[in-house]
Amino acid sequence: MTTPNTQPGATPPGGAALAAAMPAVPPVESPLRRFLTDFSASWLALLAALMLAVIILIALFAPWISPQDPYDLAVVSIFDARLPPGSTSMEGTTFWLGTDGAGRDLLSAIFYGLRISLSVGVMSGILAIIVGMSVGLAAAYAGGRTETLIMRVVDLQLSLPAVLIALILLAILGKGVDKIIIALVIAQWAYYARTVRASALVERRREYVEAAACLGLGHARIVFRHILPNCVAPLIVVGTVQTAHAIALEATLSFLGVGLPLTEPSLGLLISNGFEYMLSGKYWIAVFPGVALLLTIVSINIVGDQLRDVLNPRLQK
Amino acid sequence: MTGEQPLLRLEGVSKRFTKHLDAAEKLVNLVGGRRREEVVHAVDDVSLDVREGEVVGLVGESGCGKSTLGRVVAGVHQPSDGKVIWRGKNVAGLSGAARRDALLKIQMIFQDPMSSLNPRMRVADIIGEAPRVHGLVPAAEIPAYVDEMLQRVGLDPAYKTRYPHQFSGGQRQRIGIARALAVKPDFLVCDESIAALDVSIQAQVLNLFMDLRTDLGLTYLFISHDLGVVEHLSDRVVIMYLGRVVESAPTEALFSGPNHPYARALLDEVPRIDRRKREFQPVKGEIPSPLSPPSGCHFHPRCPHATARCREEVPRLREIAPGWTSACHLNDAGA
Amino acid sequence: MSQTPPVLQVEDLRTHFFTRAGVARAVDGVSFSLGRGEVMGLVGESGSGKTVTGFSLLGLVDPPGRIVGGSIRLGGEELIGRSERDWQALRGTRIAMIFQDPMMTLNPVLRIDTQMIEAIRAHAPVSEADARERARAALARVGIPSPDERLAAYPHQFSGGMRQRVAIAIALLNEPDVIVADEPTTALDVTIQAQILYEVRKLCAETGMAMIWITHDLAVVGGLADKVAVMYAGRIVEEGPVDAVLDGPLHPYTHGLVGSVPSQNRRGQKLTQIPGMAPSLLSLPPGCSFAPRCARADGACTAMPDLVAAGGDRAMRCHHPHQPPGETAVRATGEVAGETGRARA
Repeated sequence: MTTPNTQPGATPPGGAALAAAMPAVPPVESPLRRFLTDFSASWLALLAALMLAVIILIALFAPWISPQDPYDLAVVSIFDARLPPGSTSMEGTTFWLGTDGAGRDLLSAIFYGLRISLSVGVMSGILAIIVGMSVGLAAAYAGGRTETLIMRVVDLQLSLPAVLIALILLAILGKGVDKIIIALVIAQWAYYARTVRASALVERRREYVEAAACLGLGHARIVFRHILPNCVAPLIVVGTVQTAHAIALEATLSFLGVGLPLTEPSLGLLISNGFEYMLSGKYWIAVFPGVALLLTIVSINIVGDQLRDVLNPRLQK
Repeated sequence: MTGEQPLLRLEGVSKRFTKHLDAAEKLVNLVGGRRREEVVHAVDDVSLDVREGEVVGLVGESGCGKSTLGRVVAGVHQPSDGKVIWRGKNVAGLSGAARRDALLKIQMIFQDPMSSLNPRMRVADIIGEAPRVHGLVPAAEIPAYVDEMLQRVGLDPAYKTRYPHQFSGGQRQRIGIARALAVKPDFLVCDESIAALDVSIQAQVLNLFMDLRTDLGLTYLFISHDLGVVEHLSDRVVIMYLGRVVESAPTEALFSGPNHPYARALLDEVPRIDRRKREFQPVKGEIPSPLSPPSGCHFHPRCPHATARCREEVPRLREIAPGWTSACHLNDAGA
Repeated sequence: MSQTPPVLQVEDLRTHFFTRAGVARAVDGVSFSLGRGEVMGLVGESGSGKTVTGFSLLGLVDPPGRIVGGSIRLGGEELIGRSERDWQALRGTRIAMIFQDPMMTLNPVLRIDTQMIEAIRAHAPVSEADARERARAALARVGIPSPDERLAAYPHQFSGGMRQRVAIAIALLNEPDVIVADEPTTALDVTIQAQILYEVRKLCAETGMAMIWITHDLAVVGGLADKVAVMYAGRIVEEGPVDAVLDGPLHPYTHGLVGSVPSQNRRGQKLTQIPGMAPSLLSLPPGCSFAPRCARADGACTAMPDLVAAGGDRAMRCHHPHQPPGETAVRATGEVAGETGRARA
């Protein structure tokens, strides 16, 4: 970043002496750069971010990098079922993490499972953010009875365990990707609503909002152009952690058999499938998907923690 | 007083803030609790004329309502009672474009140079947004217009792509002034606009205000707790105490001999470089809470001259000399 | 001031902050001394190092800051290099601090008497009853009405001004030799500030405590202090008796500060102003830090001037100082400000 040092050619009367008097602002590191330096101050967070990037890449490119398509019945052979890690198939390919009860390559199944788990988590996260953000902003800006009503609903929602809400909803709605996303959104929007309302209430009292009112700007513009962008930082933090919760919740539901259908094998479903073989010593069928789930959630949470530290304006120097 | 119409007239303006009971507190009351709604009379029946081109200083301590009054004038708050009359028209009665124009003609310069600028917006947007939205300037000319505004407040237009946090306090205050000037106001409400700045920067910003006054013919309501600054800048000074105006006078008259005991105390107690270590007895007592102001004259518990009447009867503002009003019962003694 | 040895002597104090962006020399070679009962105003703008100087005197500098050199002698005893345990024993007994925010001193969940009695008994073996009596006396001394009732109150039951008085009373409890006050009245209203300044002045005169009053407000210093030290960019640029410095500032920075106060100017006229703004401590100009804003600066100012004596207990750090005013010129500006002349279109 360079510091512009040019003096204005034509200065109006009165401004002339001052314009000459104002020295150049010293170069300041850009916000993004500062964010990156602050973020990488912790090696653990850096490691977690790296891990998360790898997980996301695997999920994105699962069909191209997996050794086999675990759901192509032409490839999967029942004769390869329950092979321990490192065994070779009838065709000579190596199953690095072994195979499951149906003879699928576990590594490939995990890659595909990550893809489904992450997309369900992220999709429900985005939808919940949109719902929660609108409700939270509306509550903060409207105030009065509207706010009280909305926030009581939020309180009620938060007082019930998310698993319970999701279980009840799925019992009513039935199985399916869309159904579980709906259940996850309903179980989680309240967190976002509360977060956005809290920061919008703070921002609303800032003088720049009064200045915008003074400048005759409309309500919608004030809410969306002025208040909302200043509430994004806490939303990102909560969003990261909540996405991890959503993934864990989906895995729980799928493990319990009320989540995704068998045609959409997420990590939870893989663990559930492998669970029955645990006692017979075939640990890998449940443990490896479990490890993948654990790594995903832990790395998201570490990244979320670091984001909170970096984005927290109170800690900023 | 001349017969000309004042630029701005406040007629009996009051502003009350009420803290309503929430559901939990109502519940407490049902079982015998004594929660009551709290009403703060931030501004209590204030009338004020500001003539075109005048600088009116508004002085007082915390809780006196000076900032609230400034916000009522600037249209940020609506008055609970009374009228704000701009160029002869009641602002509350206006609608549509006329209301917007009246709103834009009165702009406000805030105290905190950090929180008064949106941290997520670039300087060019901060200044250019309102003129663009209101169509005051053709869209194509906005960049040049922003440059002009920045130059007017003594900033290099090359900085306009930066964010507020990349500026010093004084520069941020200049950006806030440029934002206000961009909607072509006639009247600036300055709410403690230099209080948060460093001493050597305060003089720079004050000089800018004085330049703008001569160049653009602006009228000011200058709110401050700093009597030295107000004396330097204002034609007339209004002193408030707990929501009410206690004295209003031409600057010279007030500083040569304030009438109200509170005005006298205030003038005596402001530390000044040219009057050091004088022996004096500071006025006693605390500033009462605006939630439960004293009866009668709000100043009576701290006033050395208070009488029984001061405890019971609210003194009215009365003219004690041409253009000089004071709200003190002591003035009746000789009359 | 007198022939008695100074109670506090600071020499070449240097406190630096080791940040990611570089080393900020917040305090860079500060020296002064303070006699018994003396009040010194330490004046400067934000970033001048005045607050860090105050914190250094109490060993309260936190990383990335560190005292890197110099000497602080309290009653002849060297404080630099002491252990944290020693500092803790010193703080509150021989040197105490009053903060801008009194809640830095007060614990919001404890009653005032609990906090004050604890502060006394932590440093001296006194009975609870004696400690309570001393606490009561301290509250009365700072002008708190009905101290007995107030002892049983919690901090939130006090107004801002009263809280600051309580904080001052706590600082006074163990009768320290030196009190460092960091802008304690800046957040208070004018009439409340006047009350506190009045009490503090009386206290120092009565007890012989020395005080360092850190502020940005020259007018407050003018009404309170015996002598003044003006800091700019981590260094003292001018020091001397208050009246002499305010009436005839030598350093161009002090000169500019005094000159920019509205009451020193003709009403309605433009104020004399110092151009530009304070430099970043991370990128100080070579030589005199004030040179880029100084009308008198020339080639000589690329070398750092020393703090040199200027007669009459005064010292300043400048190659081209203003002349001390002659006998006739004294207070000329002050009289102009009192006039009612107006020049307006």
